[in-house]
Amino acid sequence: MSTEESRAPDSASAPAPDRQAWRSTLQTLGMLPVLLLIGAGFELLAPRFGSWGNLSIVMQQASINMVLAAGMTFVILTGGIDLSVGSILAASAMVAVIVSLWPGIGMLGIAGGLLTGLLFGMLNGGLIALVRLPPFIVTLGSLTAVRGVARLLGGDTTVFNADLPFAFIGNATLLGVPWLVVIALLTILVSWFILRRTVLGMRIYAVGGNPDAARLSGIRVWWVLLFVYSLSGLLAGLGGVMSAARLYAANGLQIGQSYELDAIAAVILGGTSFVGGIGSIWGTLIGALIIAVLSNGLTLVGVSDIWQFIIKGLVIISAVTLDRYRLSAGGQR
Amino acid sequence: MAMPRADLAATPVLEMRGIAKSFPGIRALSDVSFAAWAGEIHALMGENGAGKSTLMKILAGAYQADPGGEIRVDGRAVAIDGPAAAHRHGIAIIYQELALAPNLSVAENMVLGREPGRSGRLDRRALAAACRPVLARLGVAFAPGTIVGRLSAAEQQLVEIARAVMAHSRILVMDEPTTSLSSRETDRLFELVRQLRAEGLAIIYISHRMAEVYQLADRVSVLRDGALVGTLSRAELSADRLVRMMVGRDLSSFYTKEHKDPHERRVLFAVRDIADDRRVHGCSFDLHEGEVLGIAGLVGAGRTELARLIYGLEPRTRGSLELAGQTIEVRSPREAIAQGIVYLTEDRKRLGLFLDMSVRENVNIDIVEEDARWGGVRDFAAARRRSAAAMRSLGIRAAADTVKVGSLSGGNQQKVLLARLLETRPRVLLLDEPTRGVDIGAKSEIYRLIDALAKTGVGVVVISSELPEILGIADRAIVMRDGRFVGNVEARDMTQETIIALATGAAHAAAAAGAAP
Repeated sequence: MSTEESRAPDSASAPAPDRQAWRSTLQTLGMLPVLLLIGAGFELLAPRFGSWGNLSIVMQQASINMVLAAGMTFVILTGGIDLSVGSILAASAMVAVIVSLWPGIGMLGIAGGLLTGLLFGMLNGGLIALVRLPPFIVTLGSLTAVRGVARLLGGDTTVFNADLPFAFIGNATLLGVPWLVVIALLTILVSWFILRRTVLGMRIYAVGGNPDAARLSGIRVWWVLLFVYSLSGLLAGLGGVMSAARLYAANGLQIGQSYELDAIAAVILGGTSFVGGIGSIWGTLIGALIIAVLSNGLTLVGVSDIWQFIIKGLVIISAVTLDRYRLSAGGQR
Repeated sequence: MAMPRADLAATPVLEMRGIAKSFPGIRALSDVSFAAWAGEIHALMGENGAGKSTLMKILAGAYQADPGGEIRVDGRAVAIDGPAAAHRHGIAIIYQELALAPNLSVAENMVLGREPGRSGRLDRRALAAACRPVLARLGVAFAPGTIVGRLSAAEQQLVEIARAVMAHSRILVMDEPTTSLSSRETDRLFELVRQLRAEGLAIIYISHRMAEVYQLADRVSVLRDGALVGTLSRAELSADRLVRMMVGRDLSSFYTKEHKDPHERRVLFAVRDIADDRRVHGCSFDLHEGEVLGIAGLVGAGRTELARLIYGLEPRTRGSLELAGQTIEVRSPREAIAQGIVYLTEDRKRLGLFLDMSVRENVNIDIVEEDARWGGVRDFAAARRRSAAAMRSLGIRAAADTVKVGSLSGGNQQKVLLARLLETRPRVLLLDEPTRGVDIGAKSEIYRLIDALAKTGVGVVVISSELPEILGIADRAIVMRDGRFVGNVEARDMTQETIIALATGAAHAAAAAGAAP
């Protein structure tokens, strides 16, 4: 079911249902052709790029951003923004490593990281949904404040755990697939289920599409907002656990810096409307992959770090420009 | 004071000749000719949608008239192709929704868009000095440096007037200027308007209210259905005559309803002294089973606000609701819907529909929770069934139920919104302008639907600004003015004249005019 993304043309020029279905498929594909094009380009420039081993690395590099971007998709679908996910990830990673050092019950580190994320997400959500502060301001504040908390947690040092009980998350595989990738794809699947198969998902789209009408139709808008920010926080917590598991360590200052920007970029690349109400989780998946492929491919080709920044920025802008053009050519406003 | 007055110049300062305006599918104005002299207050009256605002927007340069018409200022034909041209010819308009920048000072607002000085530098002190005499002439109590957002609605209106005076405007249009004013503020405004008249301005005063027109106008022009019905001089003015000029229209034949006497039925829903003490000041009514109750009144009378109070969308300061004899608590739309009370908004695009979502999703959004399984997993088969059934029974015309609602015509959008409300099987329907922006065909289908619903025992409240609509479909009508119920008209007494007289306060005005010389 993709009723929301099926950008129906004007009823006056309504094409036959099968043509319409074809067009809607094309539009659901969204940025997939761009991803494939970029991938093919790198394959030509650096033959190593397409190897199974490298693609597995790309997926692992994309995994944490995918998890953050999934949460960000919920938030942006309601017309909001969550700038604090990088900081929440850092605080959660700190808690996860610190708790993992408790003898015997180190596995609780996972729960600790998730709960930390959920807690900060709920705080964001409470301020936005109940006190009705603007999301940009609230999460800009928590971007700074939670970063401070993360540094405070370890006394501004790096905490290590060489025997991390949940290290398998960052390093082992399940049937040959890295756990990081399994978790990221599961997150995408669960997100898809919530957005497309549940009442809550419909209401998230409704609140983003027309908040006034949502209120009038009896939807508890505050509840929906509280949910999306809490979920974004929880997923940032999950990202923190994944990050800690990969590194066996966490540093409140360095970890997760500017991750929120990659997450937002993935969502926007995926075609989700910044004003809310339109978008899909599959788009976000592709957006996150484009970003990972770019970083990986440019490194393989030997482009310097500085030029990587410039190229990534330009690709994001031009991809979205292309998307806008494609939509307007398809008869949209 | 017959027209033209002896002391008026021979040439009108403003003359509009043969003005017509068509929008796609609608003819808003046809062949309207209208003149205003310097030093007169010329009232412009007409029902909602008669074309007053369109005419004034053409004068303001916001719309372009269709070719063939002519606007003359001081006898010379002028082209008003935009707001700047209107300014240049000394035309100023004060809309109901004030067009001020609330974050700027009074002085800055007074020169907004025509700031003095060439270098782009704004000399605040010189500006304040230039504004002060204008403000003093108007007798206002605030300083030029005051931030406009801190002023009351009445004071902000004075800023608009000061702005017009500052620009040396000679033609001042005021669109329903007293809507948000208290009676004391209204008196002060009238004094000021008379002062401006004495200073030689031509004032075009748009109003619904008979009493104001009696107090102020030298002449009155009446528009109806986009055409000028006539112009009366003060001597010819009478409430009867004005009401007849404003109404004068046959009932359309598509109202086929037989009116029932609702009082034989049981009371389904009772509203007791509900108020927010701002726009609604204590309203009570009984809605009977199967009754269609019309609520008539002018725009701004408080009808929409009343419906929003009942629906729990705004907090009320007093009052209670009873459904089938039981007192019910409604503090939010959610609780209203749970009690079986639904509200159709007058603004379906902004407050009603989810334009980016499909017909199917829109039809199902209120009922989706009841259909869901396992604590919130959607039942798509039920959703498909519901939207297919709704499209059939309401005659919604769309290529499929997966097309976006935003791509449908106004009539079909309205049917989708109605379908959504009906999915919850409501007992009380509050319909706010149910046929606004809907073509004739869809209109009569919506009337049939309302009729059919009433036959099943649902109570329907129809708020409408179209009198023929109220007369055609309501069993009984309540007339609202200034947040209060001013009359209850049974089907046998329902005529446009009685309702308009109540809505405009013509009954009182006529009495006042009788006492005046």
